[in-house]
Amino acid sequence: MIVETKAYGPIEVNELQKVLFPNGLFGFEKFTQFVLMNAHQDPFYILQSTESKDLAFVLIDPFLFRTDYELDISDEILSTIEISNQEDALVFALVTIPLTGQAMTANLAGPVIINKNSRKGIQAVLQDQKWKTKHDIISELAESRSH
Amino acid sequence: MLVLARKQGESLMIGDNIEIQIIEIRGDQVKIGVNAPRDVNVYRREVFNLIQDENKAAAKSSMVLPKIGLPPKE
Repeated sequence: MIVETKAYGPIEVNELQKVLFPNGLFGFEKFTQFVLMNAHQDPFYILQSTESKDLAFVLIDPFLFRTDYELDISDEILSTIEISNQEDALVFALVTIPLTGQAMTANLAGPVIINKNSRKGIQAVLQDQKWKTKHDIISELAESRSH
Repeated sequence: MLVLARKQGESLMIGDNIEIQIIEIRGDQVKIGVNAPRDVNVYRREVFNLIQDENKAAAKSSMVLPKIGLPPKE
């Protein structure tokens, strides 16, 4: 199928790239249908709405720059996207890249979890206040390498 | 908004399976206990607002992605 994307215009995507977010993302609850694709620039991914071309999110694997990242999410929440086994889960952080040139940040307080088998996703809210909505990716990556 | 007065130790029910209990009142702080099914999300309003605001900021991101010197993903 062809999807209109915010980043790259019309793109051919595989049915397997479709992800349903039954509850949407916070602030965007009405949008539930997305496709997950590789960004042209590694190591990013793009979560593109198939309902609105203008709605797209940049994602990153949070463990790439925070090897100490931990998620404590109840089994009941995970079961809403049919995750019973940790290995079914893909974990992503939403990335904010301000147009004004400020530092690129990742949201580790509200990670996106996708069940790679059922292809359903959810945005979780972590209780641990160690994880913030704005983690400076470049500086935390540099810090993790200096250890 | 429904407003109810409660004393320390008292609680209220929302539906038949969510209980909000006033555990302790000290100065300007109230300690609240929540008994809810585990599939009901309970979080501080500020955290929820922060995540919502951050999602809105993320949705306005530049789609021109920087190079950050990480190895390509597998």
